[in-house]
Amino acid sequence: MLITCPYCGPRDVSEYSYQGDGNRTRPDPASTDQEAWNAYVYDRLNPRGEHHEIWQHSGGCRAHLKVTRNTLTHVISSVGFARDAGHRKSDGHRKTGAEA
Amino acid sequence: MSPRRAVSGGRIDRLRTIRFTFDGHSYTGHAGDTLASALLANGVTLFGRSFKYHRPRGVLTAGVEEPNALVTVLSGAVREPNIPATMLEVYDGLIAESQNRFPSLEYDVGAINQLGGKLLGAGFYYKTFMGPVIGPLKGTRFWMFCEHFIRRAAGLGRAGTEREPSRYERMNAFCDVLVVGAGPAGLMAAKAAADKGVRVILADLDANPGGSANWSDETIDGMAAADWAAETVRELKARENVRMLPRTTVWGYYDNNTLAALERVADHKLAPAKGEPRHRQWTIRTGAVVLATGALERPLVFPGNDRPGVMLASAVERYVNQYGVLPGRKFAIFTNNDSAYRAALALKKAGGEIAAIVDLREKISPAAREIAGKVGGAHHTGHAVIDTEGGKQLTGIKVQRFDDRTGVLSDDPRNIPADCLLISGGWSPTIHLASQAGLNPVWSDELQAFLPPQATQNWVGAGGFNGGFTTAGALAEGHAAGLKAAGAPAAAIELPAVDDDGLDPKPAPVLEIKAKGKAFVDHQHDVTADDVRLAHQEGFVSVEHLKRYTTLGMATDQGKSSNVPGLAIMADALGKQIPEVGTTRFRPPFAPVSVGSLAAERYGDIRPDRLTPMHDWHLENGATMYGAGLWHRPMIYALPGETVEQAYVRETKTVREGVGLVDVSTLGKIAVQGPDAGEFLDRVYTNMFSTLAVGKARYGLMLREDGLVLDDGTTWRLGQHDFLMTTTTANAGKVMQHLEYLLDVVWPELKVQLTSVTDQWAGAAIAGPKSRDVLAACLTGTKADNETLPFMGIVRGEIDGAPVMICRLSFSGELAYEVYCGAGHGTHVWEALMKAGKPFGIVPYGLEALGTMRIEKGHVTGAEIDGRTTARDLHLDWMLSKKKPFVGSAMMDREGLVGEGRLQLVGIVPLNNRPVNGGAHIVEELYEDGPRDSIGHVTAMCYSPTLGKYIALALVKDGKSRRGTRAFVSDPLRKRFGPVEIVSHHFYDPEGNRMHG
Ligand SMILES: [Zn+2]
Repeated sequence: MLITCPYCGPRDVSEYSYQGDGNRTRPDPASTDQEAWNAYVYDRLNPRGEHHEIWQHSGGCRAHLKVTRNTLTHVISSVGFARDAGHRKSDGHRKTGAEA
Repeated sequence: MSPRRAVSGGRIDRLRTIRFTFDGHSYTGHAGDTLASALLANGVTLFGRSFKYHRPRGVLTAGVEEPNALVTVLSGAVREPNIPATMLEVYDGLIAESQNRFPSLEYDVGAINQLGGKLLGAGFYYKTFMGPVIGPLKGTRFWMFCEHFIRRAAGLGRAGTEREPSRYERMNAFCDVLVVGAGPAGLMAAKAAADKGVRVILADLDANPGGSANWSDETIDGMAAADWAAETVRELKARENVRMLPRTTVWGYYDNNTLAALERVADHKLAPAKGEPRHRQWTIRTGAVVLATGALERPLVFPGNDRPGVMLASAVERYVNQYGVLPGRKFAIFTNNDSAYRAALALKKAGGEIAAIVDLREKISPAAREIAGKVGGAHHTGHAVIDTEGGKQLTGIKVQRFDDRTGVLSDDPRNIPADCLLISGGWSPTIHLASQAGLNPVWSDELQAFLPPQATQNWVGAGGFNGGFTTAGALAEGHAAGLKAAGAPAAAIELPAVDDDGLDPKPAPVLEIKAKGKAFVDHQHDVTADDVRLAHQEGFVSVEHLKRYTTLGMATDQGKSSNVPGLAIMADALGKQIPEVGTTRFRPPFAPVSVGSLAAERYGDIRPDRLTPMHDWHLENGATMYGAGLWHRPMIYALPGETVEQAYVRETKTVREGVGLVDVSTLGKIAVQGPDAGEFLDRVYTNMFSTLAVGKARYGLMLREDGLVLDDGTTWRLGQHDFLMTTTTANAGKVMQHLEYLLDVVWPELKVQLTSVTDQWAGAAIAGPKSRDVLAACLTGTKADNETLPFMGIVRGEIDGAPVMICRLSFSGELAYEVYCGAGHGTHVWEALMKAGKPFGIVPYGLEALGTMRIEKGHVTGAEIDGRTTARDLHLDWMLSKKKPFVGSAMMDREGLVGEGRLQLVGIVPLNNRPVNGGAHIVEELYEDGPRDSIGHVTAMCYSPTLGKYIALALVKDGKSRRGTRAFVSDPLRKRFGPVEIVSHHFYDPEGNRMHG
């Protein structure tokens, strides 16, 4: 299987490590909603067909990629940086150093 | 001259004689022979005993699909079992053995299983080893006892126990066109593609490319087909853009046109040449693939079809034409199609006597009728073979009138003497690779075979693979496929001329003759036609279930010759058509693959090692090294005559009373830098780091998202935006990945950069009451007194001219410092510290002493941070900040992670002062009837020289409340039982006065 890293180009799957279901959204860090945390930590989609997955280019640039892959045919229809996809609820209660 | 070698003919080198041994007997063959052809030439017909019934078996085929003639090759004490004799090239000094027989092939005790034939039918193992549910043996272990013997009798070759010394290699290759199979179609395809200037790889199973050209009797372009093939191969070899891979099985077709291939580099030699691997595992990435894998002939299913001397017609044709071997004297032929007539012609030409041709079809082609007339012998159309005769060798066949539309046998059977029976049930295209890169195969009624599926990857087929069985067709299709794969437009050329023999490859739709006796479908797994029917009677409808229940097609040959006949019988039983019953998908590997070639350089002497900068010093100074993952770390530095325990006890004592030095370079080190570094650490650690002063370090604890402990370590603040994080040796990679994920995926807005610097820093921990004095003696540029360098303080300075960074922290519980320097200065600084420490009696110490001191202190490591423990379980809840959320904070107080019943960290003191082992259970009582009711387990133990007794750490249910109580250690594996006292895990200096002093 080849994954086309936006930085490095098409590379063999052995250069990547799977980092889980890309459909998960991390709750707000301060959230105490156990259902939401439980879903984030344990619930995984297991679709037959198109799936969003996070892969790290661990043997390359180490970026995390959001990969849309068909679990039936292994056809990869899109690859982008995971950081652009939004996998967290806004972290409202603290300011980052850049803003402070 | 060997008894069965034809006087002339064949493509073996008759001038080169090869000497080899089979079952202890010496034989000779010629260069170009396989073990099968050489043994047949010597008159050997018995090659092995069958899997279940120990029936005598000969050789059925001449190629990779061989189910019967599997042998074990011996080389020294190393045994390589289950090698098809048809694929093993003979070499001087080859030693091979038959398999699955005791005490010898001729007299086999296990053949008694034949008498118990009824017992060993389909599903035998499933039925039997559930155990009888009624009767006197109900619920007894009698069947378990029997199983041992039956299993031993029913098996394939036996693997050796010696370490395999061969070297294996992995190789990557890239090309535009990969051609699989170098028969006429493949050769033409490779040539057409190569002519277009693209990079071509041509892989073939055999030593000599040519495929069917090597054993057909045809002419191509006015020369013998084999000469045409040799000429074409010579031409291709001269091209710079063509790589030939002979003796190579392309066994897997993966995504993105990536194919796996095994090259048998040295299996045809007594020993590989210097530097040569035994096998080479290829990963080939290609633009397009030409599948020119040909077709495999199928046996017919009838009683006695497994007797030695019964062979595929095409195999006999190959033995005659390629190897110059006549595998019998008097030949009979049994077929459902025309192709077997070609073999009759070859036999006749080589001087064989044709006793009879039995064709189950009433009507046959004129071409076939003409050949039958030419070769002589009786010609029985509309007849079938209903049984064979003979013991370990065929002596005759029984023939009866047969209606190929109704399957009804009639008239009286007649006997025909023959010592070799050629059978042909038609041909199945070798679509295994296509099936891995395509949809479902397509059934052809006309050919009674599955044709290649619609492609889901970029491949194109040619020749027999497509279901065409003429050489002229193969040449034309090969040429077109080569052009297409190379991306060139179709173009007609004048193709090499081939004589057309006019034979019709379409078989009659009959694969089984139903008569009395064992008729084998899967020879290798001893599955009979009745077994398939029995499975149907017992309710198995799905072909996938049928396979698993009968084990049809599940042996090392993966049902290459049994798949279609098996389906035909199943379809017949179900009253359905074959395509309705379905086929099973072919999965990789196409043929068995050596495990060594998959491991290749990752096994044995070329496994990577991680060495610390001071590695050589450790070796030169008597360290016993210890493997920790890929790292090598000193375990002890034993003095002459010391045991391991004596060495670590001495080292520990010296540290506690004086000073010692330990290599900590293996700790994971991550530079966490950027304006948001402090905020980031606050989120990933359970405690605060943004408030840490520059020039100070802090012990930190990390949880996983699920609230369990991930890792611990100290993190040093080197500057406002610059932290150096340390992790445990084992978790360095895991922690890095965890942090990178959070930063990249969850909090990309944080301005933080992570860099692994594990290998950039060498680290040495100097520990003991005299450690400050040693530093004072060699450190320049800074002082090391308590004011300049307080507990958890950091200074920079120089040791013997090398810049160092020193943090005062302690794992041992003594006054201690970690000295970091650039990896290149590691040994230099280490030696300077040893020299400065000499007047103070410094010793180097290893992991055992380090471990002893951490147990005495009650510090946790990977044995306690085992992925199941929480911070509270380890009494680290004081590190859980209540002022901020952190990774794991939302999940750590879930039901089940808090409250009663948790395993908690405790200290253990054996009251009999005997050692206990890690993994031993803790129980409240020792019961007479055996160990039970564990309340926890020991995680680490040592002899504590400080306390003068054995101590251990353990995780015990509600351990904290059990402090001061008694329990027992129960270690039935090592037979160690005894009373213990549960105590606090802080055995030594619980207030930490020594390290703060
Ligand atoms: Zn990349």
